[in-house]
Amino acid sequence: MHQDWIWGAVGGLMIGAAAALYLLANGRVLGASGILGGLIDRSGRNSTVERLSFLAGLIAIPPLLVPLYAVVDTHVTSNPVLLIVAGLLVGIGTRLANGCTSGHGVCGMSRFSLRGFVATVFYLLGGGLMLVLARHVLEVI
Amino acid sequence: MRNLFAFLAGGLFGAGLLVAGMVDTTKVQGWLDVFGNWDPTLAFVMGGAVLPMIVVWRIAARRERSLLDLPMPQDFPKLVDRNLVLGSLMFGAGWGLVGLCPGPAIGALGFGGWQVALFVLAMCAGMAVAPLARRGLDQLDAENDV
Repeated sequence: MHQDWIWGAVGGLMIGAAAALYLLANGRVLGASGILGGLIDRSGRNSTVERLSFLAGLIAIPPLLVPLYAVVDTHVTSNPVLLIVAGLLVGIGTRLANGCTSGHGVCGMSRFSLRGFVATVFYLLGGGLMLVLARHVLEVI
Repeated sequence: MRNLFAFLAGGLFGAGLLVAGMVDTTKVQGWLDVFGNWDPTLAFVMGGAVLPMIVVWRIAARRERSLLDLPMPQDFPKLVDRNLVLGSLMFGAGWGLVGLCPGPAIGALGFGGWQVALFVLAMCAGMAVAPLARRGLDQLDAENDV
């Protein structure tokens, strides 16, 4: 358990370093939902290749590190209804709010943005409420 | 160069998510489950990422152009509005339900099986209809004269 926290902090530093690199080199805010969403609704058509390059790195690099671990299990549900409902909520929600855990959480809070803090409070609240509802009340997860 | 650095940033981001264990939905749901077997890992991940970025934003504020001579981000929206709150609540609800947010979901596409692929597909569909949802909400506001 304590080892998880240490690796959490190490991974967090790497995420911070990635956000620093994208900001200082490319002049961009690292936000996963914004980078993908801008491709989908074409609002980011002036930076299509840059966005695709970022996503290519994000998709290609983690599988190369997976063999270093004994097991990498996402423990994700195999219930297609849950996957689709959750995916739709995350897709619509992050675009309405203009950011997710990386854009509002990591990049927003670190520059003391009020929007970043408000978003983080409400996605934690939404996540906590949904988890309690789905796991402890409805017992579907 | 710009695209190479975007690739490197994406790769480092994905590697960090993997090392931090954020591709493991039990860790994320364990953090949100305050009434269950609570797992504080996510706080260490967020802290590890936010603390260095506080310094980096100060460095960034002194620059007119990026290291690759690109414009630095500016004119950040400041308005705390209904869309920010409602959108974040919706995002959180989906995040809690399955334990995936956009970064880890995309980063786990290569090894997460059909489940992660289906989630990402649904997420993309959600992103595609989001502008409609936004317009619909604005229209409701106009009708109710808010």
